[in-house]
Amino acid sequence: MSWKIWSLKKSPWVFHVNVGACNNCDIEIVNCLTPKFDIERFGMKLVGSPRHADALLVTGVGTRQAVVRLREVYRQTSKPCVVFIIGACACGTGIFHNGYHVAGPVDKVIKEVDPNAIIAYVPGCPPKPEAIISGVVKALSAI
Amino acid sequence: MNQEELKNKISEIKDKLESIEQPLENRMYLTCKAENNYDISKFLFEDVKARFVTVTGIDAEHCFEVLYHFSYDQTSCVITVKAIISDRENPSIESITSILPAAEWIEREIHDVLGIDFKNHPNMRRLILSDDWPEGVYPLRKEIKK
Amino acid sequence: MKESIKKPVLAVGPFHPLQEEMEFFQLTVDGEIVTDIDVRISYNHRGIEKISETLQFDQVPYLVSRICGICSASHPLAYVQAVEEIAGITPPERALYVRTIINELERIHSHMLWVGLAGHFIGYDTVFMWAWKYREPVLDLLEEITGNRNNYGNVKIGGCREDVPNEIIGKMLKELDALEKKTDMLTKAVLDDPVLHARLKGVGILSYEDAVKYAVTGPTARGSGVAIDVRRDDPYAAYADLDWNVITQPEGDVFAKAVVRLLEVFESIKIIRQAAKKLPDGPIAVEVKEIPAGEAVGHTEAPRGETFHYVRSDGGNRPVRHKVRAPSFVNVPSFKASCIGEEIPDVTITLAAVDPCYSCTERLAVIDENNKIVHDYETLLKLSREKTAKMKKEML
Repeated sequence: MSWKIWSLKKSPWVFHVNVGACNNCDIEIVNCLTPKFDIERFGMKLVGSPRHADALLVTGVGTRQAVVRLREVYRQTSKPCVVFIIGACACGTGIFHNGYHVAGPVDKVIKEVDPNAIIAYVPGCPPKPEAIISGVVKALSAI
Repeated sequence: MNQEELKNKISEIKDKLESIEQPLENRMYLTCKAENNYDISKFLFEDVKARFVTVTGIDAEHCFEVLYHFSYDQTSCVITVKAIISDRENPSIESITSILPAAEWIEREIHDVLGIDFKNHPNMRRLILSDDWPEGVYPLRKEIKK
Repeated sequence: MKESIKKPVLAVGPFHPLQEEMEFFQLTVDGEIVTDIDVRISYNHRGIEKISETLQFDQVPYLVSRICGICSASHPLAYVQAVEEIAGITPPERALYVRTIINELERIHSHMLWVGLAGHFIGYDTVFMWAWKYREPVLDLLEEITGNRNNYGNVKIGGCREDVPNEIIGKMLKELDALEKKTDMLTKAVLDDPVLHARLKGVGILSYEDAVKYAVTGPTARGSGVAIDVRRDDPYAAYADLDWNVITQPEGDVFAKAVVRLLEVFESIKIIRQAAKKLPDGPIAVEVKEIPAGEAVGHTEAPRGETFHYVRSDGGNRPVRHKVRAPSFVNVPSFKASCIGEEIPDVTITLAAVDPCYSCTERLAVIDENNKIVHDYETLLKLSREKTAKMKKEML
């Protein structure tokens, strides 16, 4: 294990990107920080800039207007960076698959920028905070 | 005013309307030509004191319909003004933003998705579609299938 | 020479998550004072109205519940009411009560969420943690009733999908008793705090005239003294049978909107208690055969304001047009009236006061003439918090 990966696994800082979600996944992500779940005790926290982030939490279908910004955000993160794709829309555009303004799914967009990106999927509409935490733990122990 | 008085009040502008329908006690549909819409909306907002709700643009195959929804909360009545635009090539209608700033966004949205031009709108920039969306493609028109 | 200098522009956005309300604000600033505001939305435009035309009538509720995750009970209800109006369907009595209970539970958790975020934006993270802790039992109740913490998908044409089982009612009332005590404590702590008074009173005022002109709805309107509430003005579900009050405040500032939301939580608890007591026995849905040609409107009072749906049917099994107007679509443009003349540290909370949604304020950046970012979200939040801390110090 390289030292980069080793350090990534400890206290990952995450940046939250919404690219056209209905807000549910975003609320559940914020819920992870609140007293009932409180992931900050593991050193995970939401940061205000992608440049500080070890991981991206991406929610939403990826609308035409937003994916351009998503690519830019991914380029700005320091690598290696784990991309967590949260929710049914982000995983496979879900119920919006035939929308005219949808350019997703998100993994396709990320892979256009970086074919070797580390991507983890947390499905659900919305995934419960427990599912998000479990997804993060599973992904971090797999790399 | 009560529902009866509201009905009488609305019949003041009968000459500008094509028809008045009332499928339910508290739902009214007023049909008019596109050019009369400005006066009717002004009348509903300023004289009747109805609350503006939103505007719906519809591609009805042979024409465009622009529906102005107002709500008269005292009698729980939703009044819908149906303005018919028969010119499909260059659809246009008078903007009501000057009397109702609340209509600014929705008129821009309808311009984006249906290509209806709102005359005298102060700020007809793109609102709802992405920067790279092609000009002249209107997603809510019926010929666009996806 | 002087005129040619471009005014600094403060950019807020672009990420912000409602159907049509995801936006990118550009605030023109003169020193600390905001002089103009421009909004660009589209980031969250998913084309729901067009997708709706490709789905069958009974599938659409599940689509519209995903317009906004927090209003996922009010949107389907407005749609379903419109379709029921076209088809002339009257849902059974029990279904109306179940709809009321779900919608009020949603209002409680949404208002608590707002109170928490508002506290977060001005640097009161204790309020944030408290409010979000107190809303958890409500989400658990919703999960127990409908099967999901959000996106309940509980209304269908002709009734409801899931019933409120009688054995849950006792538990629900107990949870609400506990919640009422905690909310009471939180409300008193918030409303009696001199720092919050100083920080929120007189900030971001939306006058009565502007509220009418911009046609704002919900707590944004009621905080400006406009007493509109669809639950009272055009009663749906079981609201006509229940006894409750419409909360209004005349001031129109951020504090007034906070008061309206906090007091509405108590009204919601009151409504649920009565609905649980009166809950009639019987089926929760009627069979629906087909939807005839016609058009109708349906509107409900979502936590943020009036949700309005217009549906037109041509007698087939899909709507030919389905128009959705979410409350923030009219509430957000009112920033033009409420933000101008405010200081930059007050903008975060003024924008948050209409409860647009969370992520917008998460991506703030101030850009100077050369398009160089001088303030990002964190510095702006810091500015907002420093102002609170400064006021606190001055008071001591």
